[in-house]
Amino acid sequence: MTHQYPALTPEQKKELQDIAQRIVAPGKGILAADESTGSMAKRLNPIGVENTEENSRIDSCIGGVIFFHETLYQNTDDGIPFAKLIKDRGIVVGIKVDKGVVPLAGTNGETTTQGLDGLSERCAQYKKDGADFAKWRCVLKISETTPSELAIFENANVLARYASICQQNGIVPIVEPEILPDGEHDLKRCQYVTEKVLAACYKALSDHHVYLEGTLLKPNMVTAGHSCPTKYSSEEIAMATVTALRRTVPPAVTGVTFLSGGQSEEEASVNLNAINTCPLMKPWALTFSYGRALQASALSAWRGVPNQEKQATEEFIKRAQANGLAALGKYESSGTAGAAGQSLYVANHAY
Amino acid sequence: MPQALSEAQKKELHETALRIVSPGKGILAADESVGSMGKRLAQVGVENSEENRRQFRQILFSADDRINSCIGGVIFFHETLYQYSDSGVSFVKMIKDRGIMIGVKVDKGVVPLPGTYGETTTQGLDGLSERCAQYKKDGAVFAKWRCVLKISDNNPSQLAISENAGVLARYSSICQQHCIVPIIEPEILPDGDHDLKRCQSVTEKVLAEVYKAMSEHHVYLEGTLLKPNMVTPGHSCLTKYTPQEVAMATLTAIRRTVPPAVTGKSYITPGEEEASIHLNAINNCPLPKPWILTFSFGRALQASALRAWRGHKENEKAATEQFIKRAEINSLACQGKYTGDNHAESGQQMYGSIYAY
Repeated sequence: MTHQYPALTPEQKKELQDIAQRIVAPGKGILAADESTGSMAKRLNPIGVENTEENSRIDSCIGGVIFFHETLYQNTDDGIPFAKLIKDRGIVVGIKVDKGVVPLAGTNGETTTQGLDGLSERCAQYKKDGADFAKWRCVLKISETTPSELAIFENANVLARYASICQQNGIVPIVEPEILPDGEHDLKRCQYVTEKVLAACYKALSDHHVYLEGTLLKPNMVTAGHSCPTKYSSEEIAMATVTALRRTVPPAVTGVTFLSGGQSEEEASVNLNAINTCPLMKPWALTFSYGRALQASALSAWRGVPNQEKQATEEFIKRAQANGLAALGKYESSGTAGAAGQSLYVANHAY
Repeated sequence: MPQALSEAQKKELHETALRIVSPGKGILAADESVGSMGKRLAQVGVENSEENRRQFRQILFSADDRINSCIGGVIFFHETLYQYSDSGVSFVKMIKDRGIMIGVKVDKGVVPLPGTYGETTTQGLDGLSERCAQYKKDGAVFAKWRCVLKISDNNPSQLAISENAGVLARYSSICQQHCIVPIIEPEILPDGDHDLKRCQSVTEKVLAEVYKAMSEHHVYLEGTLLKPNMVTPGHSCLTKYTPQEVAMATLTAIRRTVPPAVTGKSYITPGEEEASIHLNAINNCPLPKPWILTFSFGRALQASALRAWRGHKENEKAATEQFIKRAEINSLACQGKYTGDNHAESGQQMYGSIYAY
């Protein structure tokens, strides 16, 4: 019982941890470009641009980019694979490897995520083709009856299997147990559920002998449901989020890269900043893994019109820099009442 | 969903935990049961009577103000909680008056788990709530419960791990309802010939299970302390390891399993000087450690005092001095400032590669 048959050699562990640390280096986060499809990704992806001045501004805030299969193998107009272009600039290449959610029979609309079949072979190939990290998204919902124990357990388990397989192939797994913001639940409820879900995740990761130092976590921030009548400040969101993480995420985990989950671009930056200035002790990097929250303005600037690319790129760089600063706790929002917001941490606030 | 604790209860629990493990302070485990104390007394030729037990505890509690900055809490055995000094002052008052927190051992010892290779669980849950309420009235603000696991070819089994984790979580949950901070002790014995890696692997599995159980039982982690074994090779292991290797293995194991919300860890370990050296190495280890790491020592604080006393009244002052000396040494060790009796400076460069753990 509890004999250790090492899952990884010291060299493999070192490689995994180095990759993880590079992705969440101070001031850097992840561009989740795995949601865009086809040609939109190609044109929109400002990383494909060869303007060195723009590139250096991007490179200082983007530690990794998540592709999905199709875009990993696309080329720039000059025929260079995107993956190679990015890698050569020192940005780590990631790949979404799950195959979407499927229903869990006998539950109230809950799901698990598929994609484990042949995952080892796929990872080996992706590693050859330049990817060093992967992403797998599980989804949980809050309602009167959910998430159920089965949904929590099953999703935690499937995340752990995925993580274990990735690490065998030198790929850092990003573990994403997303709890959707849909619903009218309050902040406390989301915090409670997040704590239970993350505790289950880390137990599963332990059971599956996953090397935590060579992983990243991609959780939701703790927020109230979209239809919740109470409004919470970014400091309240930050306190609830950091408290939940402190109660569940072992310090060995290299970094936490938050998903934006439908927050606006500005909200996502302001909340990330509040998380980084929260006075509780936080032993992991706390940064972003944003899709829409990095690209929305760029998208609307582009609007499918050629010759708008430069503007689109500028918008993107603006958001990337804002989030890079937020990851350091140095972002000053132009939108809301700036400095006044900083003093709102209540020492005895109940979490 | 209903909250297990009110905000006021959480605040009280958290503050108590912080006071016990204030910087430079650790815990004196003076909670040896009658039987255990008997063994200690026998080693120095003293009869195991209630009076002798009282005398020895008095030697410890008579220490002067020098221990106020080294000892954050004392764990009592039930009997001792209701004993008095020669001058009629209750032990509880003597300790409390110095600002040291009072703790009490609440478990009722180990019992066998049938169908296992000599494994155990720990009993004591019956009426625990009522007992906690009474102890709180009588001055206790924290409690201790010891579970025991063993390493061998077959052990620890999954049953032993999950049963002990479960019982620790139940105990914790009950204590917190009475604003008593539970010290959680899943001790993995050093008996055996297993190496450092094996101990680390087992410690990681055990602690992961413990914190999963704590989550399931809605225990408020900020209002708890962990009392784990250091990660060491078995007593009969032929390979020798440096304090830095022990520190690295110990820290790696807890970094992988213990959430930052846990206020502090108070280590147990056999030996006296060795214990201090190891505690010091742990506090100097370069890995980031978001909790307080201190000591909860029994023998490691008392052995010299016991030997100096040998049951003779005229040796009492000398014995108390021995205790104070160990307390001060461990206070330095839990801040990483102890240079040791015969040891050279434990240099940072001796910590080696973290990837080997």
